[in-house]
Amino acid sequence: MPTPILEFDHVTKTFAGLTALHQVSGQVWPRQIKAIIGPNGAGKTTLFNLITGIYELTAGDIRFMGQSLVGLRPNEIAALGITRTFQNIKLFQHMTVLENVLVGAHTRTHTGFLAAALRLPRARREEQEVIAQGMALLNKVGIAHRAYDDATELPFGLQRKLEIARALASQPRLLLLDEPAAGLNSTETQDLVDLIRQIRDEGVTIVLVEHDMEMVMDVADEVLVLDYGEVIADAPPEAVQQDERVITAYLGVD
Amino acid sequence: MKFIASHRNLWGLLALTSFILFAGWFEITHPEGFSSLTGGIFTFDALVRIGILTIVVVGLNLLMGYTGQASLGQAAFYGMGAYFSAIFTARASVVGIPDTIANSWWWPWLLIPAGMLITGFFAYLVGRPILRLKGHYLAMATLGLGIVVVILFRENFGISAKVLSLTGGSDGIPGIPRLRIGTYELWPVTRYYFLVWAMALLSIILSLNIVNSRVGRALRAIHSSDLAAEVIGVNTAEFKTRVFVLSAIMGSLAGSLYAHFQAAVSPPTFGFVASLDLVIMAAMGGMASVWGAPFGVAAFFLIRELLRARMHLVVEGASGEYEVIAFGLILILLMIFAPDGVVFGVRNTLHRLRHKPLSDS
Repeated sequence: MPTPILEFDHVTKTFAGLTALHQVSGQVWPRQIKAIIGPNGAGKTTLFNLITGIYELTAGDIRFMGQSLVGLRPNEIAALGITRTFQNIKLFQHMTVLENVLVGAHTRTHTGFLAAALRLPRARREEQEVIAQGMALLNKVGIAHRAYDDATELPFGLQRKLEIARALASQPRLLLLDEPAAGLNSTETQDLVDLIRQIRDEGVTIVLVEHDMEMVMDVADEVLVLDYGEVIADAPPEAVQQDERVITAYLGVD
Repeated sequence: MKFIASHRNLWGLLALTSFILFAGWFEITHPEGFSSLTGGIFTFDALVRIGILTIVVVGLNLLMGYTGQASLGQAAFYGMGAYFSAIFTARASVVGIPDTIANSWWWPWLLIPAGMLITGFFAYLVGRPILRLKGHYLAMATLGLGIVVVILFRENFGISAKVLSLTGGSDGIPGIPRLRIGTYELWPVTRYYFLVWAMALLSIILSLNIVNSRVGRALRAIHSSDLAAEVIGVNTAEFKTRVFVLSAIMGSLAGSLYAHFQAAVSPPTFGFVASLDLVIMAAMGGMASVWGAPFGVAAFFLIRELLRARMHLVVEGASGEYEVIAFGLILILLMIFAPDGVVFGVRNTLHRLRHKPLSDS
């Protein structure tokens, strides 16, 4: 049996006595597109914050390619190959579109204070490489023409794309997308679905939290459903749509 | 040009360098010419002071403007460099440095990097815990740091007369020698001026390079969102500490240059008010702008000296308090109309005049 790229092992998180996640277990397989859905407050974003080290686990374990992520800082987790986007887009202000993507390449590059200050040959070479790669990425998501504009001046839809491009610049193995379709119209959402598929086809595993059910059912290979911090279903989209507990949770029937 | 990150910066550097060379040449060929040209308001000495403080403010800019980490105690590092150079030259016998070394021309030069190293190490030790704080808390902590360091300069804590004789207490340390290369003394002031501005230009160039690099982008990312920077892989604690250390090192360099310029040091130069002045200079120049530093410092000096010399024309028999009030008002107006500093303020105004019709007809 192959190892899952990401594994939740009885993940529990409590905030001051309030249980946000209770004994959540599940796997994400390499090159999968896995969706995490659930009503508001089900603990979806909490799970992302636990994976990326923003929160500390109360109990349980999260493993990435067999290695426990417990106790690692967010930047260390990013260096292992996990990056994410945010529900409320967090682009770097007063920086250009290109510069935002270049920050994404931080973990893959090495120029320090001294090499940067003196513009040593290796720093210049690295800078050239990383700019070329950044422009290629911007081309891929279709915003290369805005490369030198202030990132926060982009229209909303393009900001979402930029945030994905920034995450991809670190060449992650696992990409976490927190409500990537929120606020997008149907054309933009279709664009996004195509982009997500393309990213997966290039070898990146994707986990996404999403409210747009149509989009989830379209793009996901598997869907994990959370309700009040517990897993109530973990199956392919067709199966999840038929699941009694999922239907009850979403319709709010007792 | 390979040593500098962007061509736009290259033109700026050429312009600034030309001005510095011209001003130096003018003062050499027309002694006291600078002073008489400005009606005695602005002396040539002020240009040297501007150069020295530019180094501190460039460092402060990297820390506050680019990385968003407040420091209200930056003058402490400036003071550490100044006192380090002062003690080991003017008080060399007290510390036990043999005369042959203390009197050699290279000794003070050696002390400058040594002071930078020690100040940087000190900043590293205090920086790690302090920089975990954010916003107002960090401001408070650095404020405290600045106050403590100045107390160390001033007090002898009743330990012994020897300690007092080291720092000179509130009197400070006089008799700091001028710098020289072999037998060539870097004095009169016109000679020292070129050394100071060479250092200032160097710190501007190196800082511009840092800003336009992987490091600078990481610093700016931290400023925008600590969390987003961390999640994309930036070791925020590490980068904050390093830029703090760098700013301290630049402060120390400037402090040493000040000590050999003024030939004396005393605590008030490095106290809380001095730290505040540095923040004001940085704000006047534009917080996230290396270029803003020399202009911010210059604007600060220009306004203060102008008020000092001419305030009595506005208000008859005006005392020092009027200058402070006027200075405060000007500062408020600047922050309202040129919040990004004088450089951007002037540029934006020119831009508007050029691109907008002056009348609506």
